[in-house]
Amino acid sequence: MTNNQAETMNDDSTIISISKLNKWYGNFHALKDIDLSVNKTEKIVICGPSGSGKSTLIRCINRLEVHQEGSIIVDGVELNDDVKHINEIRSEVGMVFQHFNLFPHLTVLENCTLAPIWVRKKSRNEANHMAMELLEKVRIPDQADKYPGQLSGGQQQRVAIARALCMQPRVMLFDEPTSALDPEMIKEVLETMIELAESGMTMIVVTHEMGFANKVADRIIFMDEGQIVEQNDPETFFNNPESDRTKLFLSQILDH
Amino acid sequence: MRSAIIQGVLLFIVCYALLSIYQTTIFNLEERGIKTSTSFFDSVAPFKVGFSPFLDYELGKTTYIEIFYIGVLNTILVAVLGIVAATILGFAIGIMRSSSNWLASKFSLVYVEIFRNMPLLLQIMFWNFAIFLAFLPPPKQSLEFGVFYLNGRGLQTPLPIIENSNNFNIWLVTIFFSFIGVYFFRRWAKKRFFETGKTLPVFSLSLVFIILFTTLMFYALGGPLTIELPVLGKFNFKGGAQLPLPLFSLWFSLTIYTSAFIAENVRAGIASVSKGQIEAARSIGLSRSQMVRMVIIPQALRVIIPPTISQYLNLTKNSSLAMAVGYEEVVAVWANISLNQTGQALIIIAMTIIFFECCSLFTSFVLNIYNRRIQLSER
Repeated sequence: MTNNQAETMNDDSTIISISKLNKWYGNFHALKDIDLSVNKTEKIVICGPSGSGKSTLIRCINRLEVHQEGSIIVDGVELNDDVKHINEIRSEVGMVFQHFNLFPHLTVLENCTLAPIWVRKKSRNEANHMAMELLEKVRIPDQADKYPGQLSGGQQQRVAIARALCMQPRVMLFDEPTSALDPEMIKEVLETMIELAESGMTMIVVTHEMGFANKVADRIIFMDEGQIVEQNDPETFFNNPESDRTKLFLSQILDH
Repeated sequence: MRSAIIQGVLLFIVCYALLSIYQTTIFNLEERGIKTSTSFFDSVAPFKVGFSPFLDYELGKTTYIEIFYIGVLNTILVAVLGIVAATILGFAIGIMRSSSNWLASKFSLVYVEIFRNMPLLLQIMFWNFAIFLAFLPPPKQSLEFGVFYLNGRGLQTPLPIIENSNNFNIWLVTIFFSFIGVYFFRRWAKKRFFETGKTLPVFSLSLVFIILFTTLMFYALGGPLTIELPVLGKFNFKGGAQLPLPLFSLWFSLTIYTSAFIAENVRAGIASVSKGQIEAARSIGLSRSQMVRMVIIPQALRVIIPPTISQYLNLTKNSSLAMAVGYEEVVAVWANISLNQTGQALIIIAMTIIFFECCSLFTSFVLNIYNRRIQLSER
């Protein structure tokens, strides 16, 4: 174990620590020497051009992608081939996907209670209560008995957020949660995410919604070609970006 | 107007063709001195039927129409046994095929490609003549599988015996009503949950209720059913039931052959579940087996079931290849032997066709109800 790892593990305020992370898809070097540590309750927004490795990075955190080099430690548990570790981390880390990925054969309520019942071994009663509470939080308790296919995109994404929250995760990962939504539905999902941020959840969000980033993020990370190019607080990031690459990116997504 | 005329002409041609086929057949039959009528139904059939587990057979007494019933029941028997076994085996092989384990996946690939690509008739003859008849031991050295015994004469199985058919029927009715009761209980519990948020352990309560109720009723009715186990006597088994070797071979080959097709359906169904579903299941921490049971299989089923229904129909129809091994199903005893004996081709073939049509329509009707239930509801 390197010194760096030992330090981060002893540090109480750190919940995720990633060091020297490298990932390849065949010959393609997708992530290059990523170092990142995330504090509890911190909100991080990752942005960058497509193919820059931002989704790959957060998908490595719950092992949807397997990294080849470096270490990822989540809440004191090192992510490696040990299935027990992987499942432990997955039940502590919630994820929201671009395409919602709700289970179409289960009702909204069943989507939310599946993991609490089978992974957390909660009683159906307890799981149902918690799910209804969270569905109220995302403002769709009246849809609990419907199937995902009967809901709008924005409603589905809010159900997906509730489903992840039902596991009472310590960290939430968002992988472009609004990219597949119609413009008028983006707002309702972002509002839910802002409320979640205000409640003190640790969040890592991959998004192109710069307004959201500006409002919520403690730190904005800009990635390009598998590397972290720049990380700063929103104020500095938007007004005084350090690198030319960041400036170019910002001018492209803000000026139109 | 023009299309109406064309359709009218076509309809006339079809009707005329059917009429002339009918007239030619009747004419040819009468030429041979056969008057088409159903009067042969009640005459005694002068040949032997060896396997008739449901109806009593007696040479010199059993009539042709009874032979038809025996054939029909034998066909249904092998079809039901085959469908059950092929489904279980097909799902197992299909799931193995989709597994990430190299050996399991390659084994089932080879299994599917071998048995799917060989003509069924060849397989029936191979298993019956080259394997079972050649290698199965006499009854004394039977291969033992728990309460099942396999030997050169067939498969010896336990047999449920109805001691008191009246009470047995009452028992069946009470079971039926207990299921209806459970259905209403579940509806009530669901409604109650959405109104008050109170939940009950619905599944375990229903299960306990059904088990307790049926057991209680069973003893209350004086145990109308007993299971008779096969016991090895001096030369052969006494008690239990025997699936004679032709039935066993046919069942075995139909199962193997159809399971290869079902396995392909299962593989396709599993492959149809999107990657996002698997990622979502993983991201909420489900274990592999939980993911397969609760996310993949339920969604794969809606892709698996429609083509599997047609495999069930194929299996039923394929059972007519039983003639190769001498199993006495409807085509063998009715459309073949009875037809040769009586010459009543028109009626006999028509009845056989209608029987298979009814079988197929019934199977697809029942399964389509199930299919409609599991399809996704969308808005």
